[in-house]
Amino acid sequence: MSNSNKKYWKGLEQLTNDPEFVKYADKEFPEYLPINGNKQSSDESVEGSSRRDFLKIMGFSVAAASLAACEAPIRKAIPYLNKPEEIDPGVANYYASTFTQGGDYCSIVVKTREGRPIKIQGNKLSKVTNGGVNAQVEASVLSLYDQERLVTPYANGQKTDWESLDKEIKNALAASKNIRIVSNTILSPSTKKAINEFIAAYPGCKHVVYDPDSAYGMVKANQDTFGMGGLPTYDFSKAEVIVSLAADFLGTWITPITFINQYAKRRKLNKVQKEMSRHFQFESNMSLTGSNADYRIPVKASQQGLIAATLYNKLAGKSGKGTLNTSSVDVPFIDKAVDALWKAKGKSLVVSGSNDPDVQSIVNAINQLLGNYGTTIDLNSQVYHRQGSDPEMSQFIDDVAGGRIDAVIFYNANPVYDHPQGGVLKTELKNIALKISTSDRMDETSVLSDFVAPDHHYLESWNDAQPQKGQLSLCQPGITPLFNTRQAQSSFLTWAGADETNFHKFLQKNWQDSYFPESGAQDFENFWNQSLYDGVVELAESTDTEQGSEENDDIGSNEFTIDLNAISSALKSNYHPESTETELVLYQKVGVGTGSQANNPWLQELPDPVSKAVWDNYFTISQKFARENGLSMVEGKTKIATLSVNGISVSAPVLIQPGQAHGTIGLALGYGRKHVGRVAEGLGTDAFPLVDRSTGTLRYEITKGITFEVTTADHQIAQTQTHETFMGRETVIQETILSKYQQDPAAGQFAPKISTWKGDKDKVAPHTVTLWKHHKEKYVNHHWGMAIDLNSCIGCGTCTVACQAENNVPVVGREEVLNRREMHWLRIDRYYSSSDVDSYASLEQAAENPEVTFQPMLCQHCNNAPCETVCPVAATTHSTEGLNQMAYNRCIGTRYCANNCPYKVRRFNWFKYHDNTRFPENSSMNNSLGRMVLNPDVTVRSRGVMEKCTMCVQKIQAGKLVAKSAGRRPTDSDIDTACAIACPSNAIVFGDMNNPESKIAEVLQIKYQDRHKTVEEPRAYTVLQEINVDPNIFYLRKVRNKDDNNA
Amino acid sequence: MQVVSPVRGSLITGKKTYHQVTDDICSRVEEKPSKSWMIAMACSLGALSLGGYALIVTLWEGIGMWGLNKTVGWAWDITNFVWWIGIGHAGTLISAILLLFRQKWRMSINRAAEAMTIFAVICAAVFPIMHMGRPWLGFYWALPLPNTFGSLWINFHSPLLWDVFAISTYFTVSLVFWYLGMIPDFATIRDRAKGVSKIIYGALSFGWDGAAKTWSRYETVSLILAGLATPLVLSVHTIVSMDFATSVIPGWHTTIFPPYFVAGAIFSGFAMVMTLMLVTRKVYKLEDYITIKHIELMNIIIMVTGSIVGVAYITELFMAWYSGVEYEQYAFFNRTAGPYWWAYAIMMTCNVISPQLFWFKKIRTSIAASFILSIVVNIGMWFERFVIIVTSLHRDYLPSSWAMFHPTVYDMGIYLFTFGFFFTAFFLFAKFFPVINMAEIKAILKSDSDTTPAEKSVTQNINQ
Repeated sequence: MSNSNKKYWKGLEQLTNDPEFVKYADKEFPEYLPINGNKQSSDESVEGSSRRDFLKIMGFSVAAASLAACEAPIRKAIPYLNKPEEIDPGVANYYASTFTQGGDYCSIVVKTREGRPIKIQGNKLSKVTNGGVNAQVEASVLSLYDQERLVTPYANGQKTDWESLDKEIKNALAASKNIRIVSNTILSPSTKKAINEFIAAYPGCKHVVYDPDSAYGMVKANQDTFGMGGLPTYDFSKAEVIVSLAADFLGTWITPITFINQYAKRRKLNKVQKEMSRHFQFESNMSLTGSNADYRIPVKASQQGLIAATLYNKLAGKSGKGTLNTSSVDVPFIDKAVDALWKAKGKSLVVSGSNDPDVQSIVNAINQLLGNYGTTIDLNSQVYHRQGSDPEMSQFIDDVAGGRIDAVIFYNANPVYDHPQGGVLKTELKNIALKISTSDRMDETSVLSDFVAPDHHYLESWNDAQPQKGQLSLCQPGITPLFNTRQAQSSFLTWAGADETNFHKFLQKNWQDSYFPESGAQDFENFWNQSLYDGVVELAESTDTEQGSEENDDIGSNEFTIDLNAISSALKSNYHPESTETELVLYQKVGVGTGSQANNPWLQELPDPVSKAVWDNYFTISQKFARENGLSMVEGKTKIATLSVNGISVSAPVLIQPGQAHGTIGLALGYGRKHVGRVAEGLGTDAFPLVDRSTGTLRYEITKGITFEVTTADHQIAQTQTHETFMGRETVIQETILSKYQQDPAAGQFAPKISTWKGDKDKVAPHTVTLWKHHKEKYVNHHWGMAIDLNSCIGCGTCTVACQAENNVPVVGREEVLNRREMHWLRIDRYYSSSDVDSYASLEQAAENPEVTFQPMLCQHCNNAPCETVCPVAATTHSTEGLNQMAYNRCIGTRYCANNCPYKVRRFNWFKYHDNTRFPENSSMNNSLGRMVLNPDVTVRSRGVMEKCTMCVQKIQAGKLVAKSAGRRPTDSDIDTACAIACPSNAIVFGDMNNPESKIAEVLQIKYQDRHKTVEEPRAYTVLQEINVDPNIFYLRKVRNKDDNNA
Repeated sequence: MQVVSPVRGSLITGKKTYHQVTDDICSRVEEKPSKSWMIAMACSLGALSLGGYALIVTLWEGIGMWGLNKTVGWAWDITNFVWWIGIGHAGTLISAILLLFRQKWRMSINRAAEAMTIFAVICAAVFPIMHMGRPWLGFYWALPLPNTFGSLWINFHSPLLWDVFAISTYFTVSLVFWYLGMIPDFATIRDRAKGVSKIIYGALSFGWDGAAKTWSRYETVSLILAGLATPLVLSVHTIVSMDFATSVIPGWHTTIFPPYFVAGAIFSGFAMVMTLMLVTRKVYKLEDYITIKHIELMNIIIMVTGSIVGVAYITELFMAWYSGVEYEQYAFFNRTAGPYWWAYAIMMTCNVISPQLFWFKKIRTSIAASFILSIVVNIGMWFERFVIIVTSLHRDYLPSSWAMFHPTVYDMGIYLFTFGFFFTAFFLFAKFFPVINMAEIKAILKSDSDTTPAEKSVTQNINQ
């Protein structure tokens, strides 16, 4: 196109370049438009508001006004102004520390998030606890955030401050002559040193030690027979034959965490290890230990001494030693036990839970006869878990009653509640001018005290502990003290007028003086830091400075002496082969123990491993007694009974306990607390006054003078499991006996087969008849799975609490457990055997003395999950790593998935369990203090959604991230579930089944072929195989070490 | 050869004229509410508000107000749901299937039966919504709506979702069918009415003009809708039964469920129609329209479907034994002899034994016996669903989880709420809508003789 000079114009104005036109030429509307009516202003270049503007402004105002009208709840999240160097928000820190509670000990690792301890795990570096924990240790983190804790010192019931408290106490102490410090066992050498400084400052002071669960009988027996006033170490892992006379060593006896670990080592079976220990248990109550025994013989408490004597006599007969002159008792399997012991000389162990020094002396004699000292029992390596002296405590109470005491300090002890003579103390304490308690709460003793100087929680404290000779461990705080409390050791030092009242420094100094020289370390700083980092220190055998300052430290050379005649006559008067009297056996529950952590709802809601009851204590009675008295228990509905002995009577409901020795009644200690906090007050009945102290040692079996009457009053015991037997369902529970297992590792296998249209002749394995595509082969990256060894699982329930802590599982309280709505993601199913399998009716009935099987039950993460297909909104789906996952946000709560779950492991949020006054027991979610324990990595579920085990998916993701940032594949050490970490018997193994290096691949003997995996471990089975849901959780068949003819 | 068919008896007695029919039905609408209606309405509203309280508390506090637990995740909620849905079957069955089969006797009862269907389905729908943990989300999340949740979509594998479709379709078709049938009658009322009601009924009648063309279209649409509704009658309960049949729970996982549920639904639906019609007949003096003949025919259907249900029960027991499946066998042992044996016994007595009484003509033509048995049947059918749901769930695979279910007042309250709603709605219907299809009734007045009623009245006049 050629250039053209043509010009086009819009109008004459443009052509003439009229100034009026040029002015408006770039405007959209060159002329005035009436829309900006009010804006005919002088400055015409500024446009007025348009209709659009009006609509915008109106829209904004309406939205703003309505938004301002609805007030959103304000939740303050305060960021760090100066970020502490060691804290990265979102990243957990772990500190080694030590749990102590009286004489109970556990070396732990504390997980803290943003400076808050939220989880306790075992410390694998410890030679004592080997990374094990128990329910009480796991739950103790919640006690830190107990809102019943005192926030400030108290003087005469009034809040006060530390200066005035110290001044008043010092003045009062100066005026006192006879001062007593009352405590439970103290494991800490530095604490003892601090107390000694106090005693040095007040020469009239004496330290009285007692234990609510006394083992003084054992200490005394060791004193009598070996001249060693303490407890030896036991090694159950070296014992081929274990005979326990009512010692609940897996539950509550001395140091169960250690024992579980040792015991389980001998109960594991695999390609290499084909032998396991044989365990006989003679007991009255069905204990956790008894329920794991290969032979459990219910005996009356009044027979215990004679059973020990009979065992001794029979063994002595074999070895030609002197015998006891007692009548022998005829109980089943006693000869079998004797033969087994004799065969396993030097590799056996006999223990007794009795607190009768005579019985313990015989037990010592038996072990001596069998040559177990030096193999399964080590006298040279003393443990310090029970240092209490029953006579000293009685003396103290007599002194109080006699008005011979001027001042008393209760150092974290609550004898008004947990000593049998607490009632005496309660009335007589007023005789004492000065009473000080260091309790963290207003308990039964501190309400009667003039001054309460609350101690830190152990997670806020510096401390040390020596559970065993040569084994030291440090306790470091995981959080700055929450309240205006002070470490009791500092209080002692302050009151003693010591120069150094900071216990941290005192502790460091003590370690520098006492242990550093022995350690062989180069400089103290390094030694201290390393000790803190590890949490534990092992010193050379000889080092044992503070503990047992008694003269009997060196007991290696001590000779065994026993006065058989004296013991014979004592046994004759105290025991009876065939007593017809009703007998009471007091015991502790695995969760609540002696009641010092009673206000911890996790422990209250932890089902008793055997009875599966929660939130209560009760009289356990035998089935025979129930039949004779026309008692029955359907869904926990039962009657209240009254038991009277020596003028004391207590009332509690009765619970029919299979395996309870007929003529005996069990009752748990630790309940009936009056001042402890709203969770536990008024739960159950206090059994401590019943403890027999007529013989000088506290005896937990009362064999004479009991009247027991069942009243007509009704009661319902909350139980998480009300059906007792497994109905002979072999796809649920599979077991065999050792001799059969040794011949065929697959013995006891039940592989269901499905008939096809071809008839009975052509039965096929369930997985071959399926509508499902092969999901498993799609797991190309990871394939998470779990193996649970039913043989080493002892059913203690530690995993349940660990899961509860890790996954923010709510506590629902007694009423809701009665409504069968407990929320535990992981439960332990306990099944009794039936004596008769002829009909459904007889299958439903547990045997009089049943065999017990424990089965941890959690989401099975089925590959063909029935829950996933039925959810209308696809809220529960399958991951590409084999996990069955739950999207809480998507769940609308139809509960169809829970109905269709064959394992009934899904839990529904029936109510809003958090921030709801209806559930005060759920203290981890219903007050701002308790909420500090919540795991920020796990959602707190809202009302109306379904939840269940996630295989700790938050831990899986965290572990994968760690591995990814390190540029490698995740290994077993990166990822583990809370239950597997907590399990003290290592019965739970979690891991990636796609990884041939993983522990689970080893345990399950997984063979890899192309994309196919086969589980070759002959003991492995999945529950309910015939419905082909194909779980990723495998159980290893239980093997009992018993003879064929008793099968 | 000449064959003379036997003369059928009249379906409508009392020698009604067309005008009398119009008067009889319309006057119920036009008259002031009777005292008995007021009392009945007050009771219904009372039940509705009491139940409404239970409903609100449940919404406010959570499903925990009910007696459900970790093992028994459904009980009264789904029992009531299935029960109401079952009741809702008769209406469409009567109007659709019997229309296709040209069963003219249905004409006296189909209107009320359809109304019953509509209200029963609404009552049933209360439960799937209320039983959800989060109904405020679930009521629309369960629908295939486009959303902003990313690729989140409903799960077409879930029988609960099939339920949503089945029930909403059934409800829609039933509602349209019911309303369509009322249009000519609304027009009749409109033509007689004055003032406001003329406007209202005028609007309701959609401008019906009574022209032959209109009638023809009306008939055609009725037939089409009947054709559409017929498969729905069978599909709804089939799909409801799949909630159970497709699961893995022993006692639920049964292929017999679809026909068994459909038969049960017809059984209970007819029983409910019977209960309601006997009351309406009495209160509204409609004995000439709903005759003993009607009652007898309905009783025969109840007897037949009851027997089908009975066979299904026995088949289940047989299959449990024959399958050789341990869990299946225990589930049925537990039904008959477990802790809920009494529920099973009530179910068997009410559903299997009691309808057999209708073999006796005396009983099936007795109004009192029919009334009592119709209620007995519905009690039995409620227990059937309770037995299926609760006794299967409460003891399934792992004995550790076995538990019992104990209803709370809130469970009962919400059931009461649906009763309150149902009767409130039904009484409103009976007062303000024509309870009998006048237009259709008029078509069958002449069935009995050669003379039409009009001719008869002429003859009578002459004779006078």
